[in-house]
Amino acid sequence: MDVRSRNEEVSPQLLDLIPKAKKEWRMNEEGRTQNNKNTKKDKSCCEERKLELRLGPPGGEDWFLPHNHNTKNSDESVLYLGYFPSQQTEKISTSPWACSSSSKASSFLQFPSCSPQSMPEKKAFSSSSSANPAVSSNISQKRTAPGPVVGWPPIRSFRKNLASNGISKTAHETQQQQNDVADKVAGKKPVVDNVGKGLFVKINMDGVPIGRKVDLNAYDSYEKLSSAVDELFRCLLAAQRDSSAGGIKNKEEDEEKAITGLLDGSGEYTLVYEDNEGDRMLVGDVPWHMFVSTVKRLRVLKSSELSAFTLGNKQHKKAT
Amino acid sequence: MPRIAYAFPDEVLEHVFSFIHSDQDRNAISLVCKSWYEIERWCRRSIFVGNCYAVSPVMVVKRFPKLRSISLKGKPHFADFNLVPEDWGGYACPWIEAMASAYPWLEEIRLKRMVLTDESLELISKSFKNFQVLVLSSCEGFSTDGLAAIAANCRNLRELDLRESEVEDLSGHWLSQFPDSFTSLVSLNISCLGSEVSTCALERLLAGCPNLQSLRLNRAVPLEKLVNLLGRSPNLVELGTGAYTSEMQPDVFSDLSRAFVGCKQLKSLSGFWDAMPYYLPAVYPISSRLTSLNLSYATTESPYLVKLVSECRNLQRLWVMDYIEDSGLEALAVSCKDLRELRVFPSDPFGLEPNVALTERGLVSVSEGCPELQSVLYFCRQMSNAALVTIARNRPNMTRFRLCIIEPRKPDYLTLQPLDAGFGAIVEHCKNLRRLSLSGLLTDRVFEYIGSYGKKLEMLSVAFAGDSDLGLHYVLSGCDNLRKLEVRDCPFGDKALLANAAKLETMRSLWMSSCNVSFGACKLLGQKMPRLNVEVIIDERGPPDSMPESCLVEKLYIYRTVAGPRMDMPGFVWRMEGDSALRVS
Repeated sequence: MDVRSRNEEVSPQLLDLIPKAKKEWRMNEEGRTQNNKNTKKDKSCCEERKLELRLGPPGGEDWFLPHNHNTKNSDESVLYLGYFPSQQTEKISTSPWACSSSSKASSFLQFPSCSPQSMPEKKAFSSSSSANPAVSSNISQKRTAPGPVVGWPPIRSFRKNLASNGISKTAHETQQQQNDVADKVAGKKPVVDNVGKGLFVKINMDGVPIGRKVDLNAYDSYEKLSSAVDELFRCLLAAQRDSSAGGIKNKEEDEEKAITGLLDGSGEYTLVYEDNEGDRMLVGDVPWHMFVSTVKRLRVLKSSELSAFTLGNKQHKKAT
Repeated sequence: MPRIAYAFPDEVLEHVFSFIHSDQDRNAISLVCKSWYEIERWCRRSIFVGNCYAVSPVMVVKRFPKLRSISLKGKPHFADFNLVPEDWGGYACPWIEAMASAYPWLEEIRLKRMVLTDESLELISKSFKNFQVLVLSSCEGFSTDGLAAIAANCRNLRELDLRESEVEDLSGHWLSQFPDSFTSLVSLNISCLGSEVSTCALERLLAGCPNLQSLRLNRAVPLEKLVNLLGRSPNLVELGTGAYTSEMQPDVFSDLSRAFVGCKQLKSLSGFWDAMPYYLPAVYPISSRLTSLNLSYATTESPYLVKLVSECRNLQRLWVMDYIEDSGLEALAVSCKDLRELRVFPSDPFGLEPNVALTERGLVSVSEGCPELQSVLYFCRQMSNAALVTIARNRPNMTRFRLCIIEPRKPDYLTLQPLDAGFGAIVEHCKNLRRLSLSGLLTDRVFEYIGSYGKKLEMLSVAFAGDSDLGLHYVLSGCDNLRKLEVRDCPFGDKALLANAAKLETMRSLWMSSCNVSFGACKLLGQKMPRLNVEVIIDERGPPDSMPESCLVEKLYIYRTVAGPRMDMPGFVWRMEGDSALRVS
């Protein structure tokens, strides 16, 4: 099935296309070849073809109804949606529209389907890449894992973060992050906690009933985070003290006490966090970027109560 | 026009019409003759607009002057999976404003996938004196400040349901805005909210509202607090717990169990975030009462999970994670003979290897054991034609079948063939099938089956399937009742779309993304079909005038409308008409 030779014809009639379509379809049934898939991509991606189509009532017309008109001189009684694409000579490279969507779509069509050895992890695309140069660049490299597909599998964002307990860290984390990035590229906030372009995580402080959120992308070091936490909770803490003192404001106690020593255990409070495996860790142990990639929420605990808290596994770890 | 002597007076007709509630019947009545149209439009109390852009607020207000209840849907369904960019549209504001001036007696507003602002919420709270029901399903754009306005001003509020909406959570204090005199609440769903809500405010609210039947809390409500809350609302029929986890304390356990038993009408449970196996048995005493159980947030692998499910002999609806595994579903099939709806969600959707022993066998067991099963949503990693054929033969009463095989284009794992035959059997045997979602390896043949047999099919979702335009053509020409079609990553193109252009006016909408539809075809379609909005979503921000005709369109959304082009299209959405794309803003 050589599409290029068909293109050289002047104006194929609808009648011609129909048996070909049927033939193609039957060929697919017998033995799917990558070549077939590629030729379909050739047909569609920015190449010239002339199609004559008839606008008829829904479902009421036979797709295979033969008719004898010439392409140009259409019959008045029937509305033709003549489709005459641009000239053959138009080069794709000069147009600002690089038809990138076609290569994007085609990469999904390249999954080898009927080969017995197709396993989920290893997809080696060794098929006839020569047939379509536009596609070959996508499939030349060996793929060990399916790339992030936006919106697939079709589950809602609020379900995505639920099952992060006990799954193998690397595979899930990478895929999850890739998906989140892909989702962001698609233009929608992927996770309930991510508002806009920030990485918002919840932070709760002992003695303060209302939790807050911090945007970790706004900081690049633990020191900056620590001072941000100080600012965030200083007033709230003072307000709590005031209210617990019965609302009587003492002039001397009006000054808000700074919250210091969050990172080294020297202060009244210490900053801890929960990572994506549910473990509770002291903030500051790992490099900043690693912290940012694994942190799920933050807590500001009273240093005196640190030992009471299990800095370790969560209560119900997944049974292996 | 002279009144014919033997005709019924308007009042009589109006009285007769008042017994007709279904929208379709009402629409049919209005087509009988002009006078019936007139009478009907004056006495229509409730309307449903499946696509908020199919008609304008002005038109609705003009035709139906006395509405009490309105339901609107905005974004396409695929917006749920992040395929629709931010700021695409679906704004509720123009609707709220139109209704605020036209319907002072409006009682109910239900929105789905729409963007709603705090200002609109405030307008709602102040414009409708007898406002009773607000349901915001998968909506966004508002914050807890807007909710505070609703709480403070809607004296007769019965239902406040925020299901799965994205709410900017500024604080939990909005709940305190319900006045002390407030007693009318029947249903409250705040499960989507992130931040902690004041338990005091909740307790006060519950104490004042004796008619509360449905309460869905958010994750932040701790288990210990749940006991108190249950004590204050003994008439609950539906409960959504908060985080279902705590230190393992026997007295909390027994209090919880007693609290469940104390709610004698309790039939439906949901919530169960972070469910601890220790606390699952607290539900056992009421399990035989339960008809609906949503454990889809319960990330817990435990035999208690299976035991709980098996004890609920009268279960009609079960939503669960795939931790239930094939063995759990087999137990379900033995115990729950009244099961009507099953949804199984993936615990590790992005993992490369299966992490649980859930395969097609679980679904087959349920199809065999549960004669009332009609509605299925099932995520799994393998499927076979044989299994699908068995399911189809077992359950010809299936009306909704959504199967998601997690890996795209995966063939029958036994024969390595496409799953055409399997899905073909589904559409062939399940003659009342209204909704179908496909997955796995599929050729054009499955669409031939769908077009031939899917005569009652109303909604079809397709991904990574088909070989050519024939596939799309079979569906568009064969499915007589098709209303919504959504397609992604399929090699469907211009031919089928253009040949079936007239069909598109009989449908609510068509979504196609990452397919083979060319820009030229979209323009042609837009030109020839003025009662469709052919909207192209493009990645680049510039005008598509320079786009070559043959270039492929990334995302396409086509819907019928009597309102013409919409006025609120963002920069990346273009309406196709004729030689140039049009964007009116």
